[in-house]
Parts: sequence; structure tokens; C-alpha cells
Amino acid sequence: MSYWRRIPHDFRTLIVLTLILLILPRFLNQFLVSLAVLVLYWAYLGNAWNLLGGYAGQFSFGHAMFYGIGAYTSTVLLVDYGISPWVGMLAGAALAGLFGAVVAFLLFRFGIRGHFFALGTFAIAEMVRLVASELGIINTTIGIHIPLVKGDDWLRMQFETTTVNYYYVILGLFVAGTIVTIVIVHRKLGFYFMAIREDEEAAAALGVDGLRYKVMAMAISGALTAIGGSFFAQYFLFIDPSIAFSVALSVQILLRPIVGGVGTIWGPLVGAIFLTPLSELTRDLVRDPPPFLSFIQGRAGVDVMLFGLILILVLLFMPDGLVGAGRKLRDRLQMRRTGHDDAIIAN
Amino acid sequence: MTTPLLQIEGVTKQFGGLTAVNDVTFSLDEGEILGLIGPNGAGKTTLFNMISGTFAPTYGRIFFDGADITGRPSHKTCKLGITRTFQIAKPFAHMSVVNNVKVGVFLHTTNPHTAEEKARAVVRFVGLEPWADQPAHTLTTSGRKRLELARALATEPRLLLLDEVMAGLTPTESVDIVELIREIRRSGVTILVIEHVMKAIMSLSDRVAVLHHGELIAIGTPQAITSDAKVIEAYLGEEITIANA
Repeated sequence: MSYWRRIPHDFRTLIVLTLILLILPRFLNQFLVSLAVLVLYWAYLGNAWNLLGGYAGQFSFGHAMFYGIGAYTSTVLLVDYGISPWVGMLAGAALAGLFGAVVAFLLFRFGIRGHFFALGTFAIAEMVRLVASELGIINTTIGIHIPLVKGDDWLRMQFETTTVNYYYVILGLFVAGTIVTIVIVHRKLGFYFMAIREDEEAAAALGVDGLRYKVMAMAISGALTAIGGSFFAQYFLFIDPSIAFSVALSVQILLRPIVGGVGTIWGPLVGAIFLTPLSELTRDLVRDPPPFLSFIQGRAGVDVMLFGLILILVLLFMPDGLVGAGRKLRDRLQMRRTGHDDAIIAN
Repeated sequence: MTTPLLQIEGVTKQFGGLTAVNDVTFSLDEGEILGLIGPNGAGKTTLFNMISGTFAPTYGRIFFDGADITGRPSHKTCKLGITRTFQIAKPFAHMSVVNNVKVGVFLHTTNPHTAEEKARAVVRFVGLEPWADQPAHTLTTSGRKRLELARALATEPRLLLLDEVMAGLTPTESVDIVELIREIRRSGVTILVIEHVMKAIMSLSDRVAVLHHGELIAIGTPQAITSDAKVIEAYLGEEITIANA
């Protein structure tokens, strides 16, 4: 028991959560397992974005560039060279990390920040998409199919859709990604990220090299995002530039952590739990609407409109996301119980 | 004689056509408290910004402990042992008080447990212990000033640059801060302090330097400064006239 108490709070939450998620598929049917795969997948990507956008406060609007680099690296290595996606994943992460460092250096070196950083990442992601669409060695806009294999093949990270193996792969990635975040935010690196987010000039006066740490944040965030791209390629077994490098994807990646709570450990997961089923539901609704909604039949983009609306509502009424709103509620209840305002607790 | 801790030699800063600081030379010995006074716009904060490295001087050189640090960025001068506070407090608003201080502590350690202990000790030293775990944005003006001081101390500076830590405080709060600054000096820190509260700065400083229109018009003991004709004319003049009237 005393060992358990000495484990930091976030790790204890993660251990309990992991145990629950490990046995969860036993109670779910095939549809719900595939939904859970998507929830964890978006939570993983949101967590990767959150390190840069939430903790270091640099709002990237172009994370698809890292995702695409990851997806393409592992896929090209697998299809053209027969290298296992497990290795390809790491290669993609290394490449995306390097690319992120270069992009971050170029943008931050010239003092680009705030909205202009968001626009800068957006523009670079679009450039990467256009280049990828013209690049012969990655099959231009036609895309790449990953050849199917029979049965479950762990080395090639390809499984029958009826198994729960994809679920365990993404669960492993999600847990690993969350561990990376928890470790970082409790250490010097995380404190420096947050100090830069809060006030870069004050941080510099305390010895924080803003440029260096922002470049590091972008590299780590980019590398983690790339691994998510590799996973998706192995799950969907097809990629093209409009999937892997799309603007819509960049928006999807940042949506969950914003709705869940930027700069919090559990925000991305909470956001993913809330938004992913909603997105699947609207997609089904558009495909097969009830009679009184027949006019939306087959109209693409309704789910995106709904997401836009949710985003506006969240930013207006819950700027700290669901996690932030939950905390406020807890503090208020505690205040009512104790009768004074000592209940305001940091972080 | 030993080399001074801080040496400012012929430092000038021009912003376009405006000369904010003009050919200022003075030095600061280890363990000294030097007060920097002057009317608004005299160039005090500009001088601070050049020492701490927010921007480089147009002309002139700055030496710290014998080494030329002219134009070195803030994060590097901080590592050498120069830390500043800001006139308008800049707390890391969404981080707790103790976590604010931890950012400073992390300059010399990477161990989170050591950092936590040291940060709590500094928070206690400046008298912010009851608020240690509250977000910094909940602090009052006086609390924010103390937090500025705590964060700066956490970097274990050799030279502390204090930019109006008493502005906006009540007289009682100012007295507490003066006592705190004295205690910091006793621990061996050299202090350069900008202040508008005359009573405080005259009692606190070993020497006082007066800036006027970007120029250093006098430097000396508080007694010498208060009787200096140029200073009276430029800065204290009105008060004296009123007193004589």
C-alpha cells in the first residue's frame, strides 16, 4: 500500500485505467471494439499534439505533416523493402522528429508565434501534401495499398478484422504515449514547456532557452504523431496524400484535446471519448437518415459542420475543456461543503 | 582592488532617433546594494534590459565578473548568475506558486524531488507558504511581487536586478519587502534595484545612481545624492521647492 501511495497520482490513474482497458474488449461486441480502437487512436494523437499545443502552448494547425510522414515511412519500408512496420514506425518517428525540429527552428528562429505559428504550420503541412501528391516514389495521388496477408501476422502488424489485436496495439501505443507525457510534465522539460507557454520573456529571465525548448517540443510531438500515422496505415491498409496529409486531419487531431482540455494529461482521452462516437453517429446518420432528415442523405461534411459547432461552443463556454469544467465543478462543490474558498487547487 | 562584479562601460541605447540611455558608466562591487533612481522615462528599465540581455546596447560594453557579456541573451546571462524581476509582475498564471518557483530551481537541478524541496524552501523564505499550491493568478499585487522575487532567488543569482518590486504596495508591505531584500543581501547576493519609493531606496542602498534623460548625472552614498545640486534640480527639485514654500 505504501508503494502505491508513493507512485505519482497520474501514474496511479494510468495503471487503473490500463487494467480496465485491458479487460474491456471481453464485454464489447465487434462494433464497439472498433469504436474503442478509434477512441484510443484519437486519444493517442491528441496526446501527441497536446505536448506541443497544450503544454508548450504552440498551437499547431498542421500536425498532418507528421502523421503523413509516419504513415508513408512505415508503408514504403514495408511494401518496397519488406521491413516490419514496427521498425518502420520508429523510422517514421525519427524522420518526423527531425522534420519537426527543422520546421520549428525555421518558424521560431524568426520570432513567429501565436496565430502566425498556427498559420505557418498549416502552410507547411499543405506544402508537404502537395509535394507528396507529385512524388513518384510514393505513387503520387494514387496512393499505396498494403498487400493483404492471411490470418494474424504480428511481424507485419496486420490482423483479421474479427480479432481484438488492433485494439491491443493502439492501447499499448496510447499507454506509452501517456507515460511519455506524464514523465515530461513532471520534470524540468515539462516545467520549461509550461513556463514558455505562460510567459516566454519571464521564462528567459529564469534561464529558459525558448527557441531550444520549443524546437524540442515540436520534435517530440511530431515523432509521437508519426507513430499514430503508421498505426493508421496498418489499420486501414491504404494511404494517399489526401488521407495522410489533409487539413481535415490536422483539425481532427487538435479537436479532441481542445474539447477535452488543453494542457491536461486526460484531456485528449476525454475529448476522444466524447467526440469519436459522435462523429461515427453523424456519419451513420448522413448515410442512412430517418425520413424527416432525408435531405442530408449522402451529404458529406455534415459531421465536420457539427464538429465546428462543438468547437465554437466549447471555446465560448468551456475554454478549459471538459476536464477544466469538471475541475471547476469539483472545486465549487468542495467550497460549498467546506464553506470557504480554500478549495481552489492548482493543477 | 578586486574586479567589480558588474561593470558598465559607456553604454548607449538608441531606439531609432531616441537615445534612451546615453554613455552610462558605473560599476557594482560584490555584496553591494546599488539603487537606481530617476524620473519616468529616464532609461532605468532600458539599462536593466541591456544588462539582463533582453536587447544589446547600441554602443558600450557590459562586463560581469570580468567577462564581456554585452548582448548575451537573457537565458545565458541567467546561467552566469544574473537574474531580474519585472516591473509589471509576470507570473506563470496557470501554474501553482510553488511550480512557478520550480522553473527557477530547475536551472541548477534536473531532479524533480530536489526541485520541489528547494522551491518550497524559497516560497517559505518570501512568505508565500500559505498560497504555495494555489494558481499564481489568484495572488494579490503584493503576492505577485513576492513571487517575482522568489522565482528570481530560485535561480541562485549572484546579481539580482529588481525592477520596482515595491510599486503598488502599501507602506507596510513595502517595509516587509525592504527587510526581505536586506536578508537576501546578507546571504551574499549583489543587488541592483530600481525604485520610486524614495524612503525605501535611501535606507536600503549603499550607493545610489541617478539617471536623467538617459544620462548618469550622479552616483554616491544616499546622503551625498540627496544633497547633490544637479539631482535636486533634476529630480527632487519640486519637492524641495514645495517644502521651502
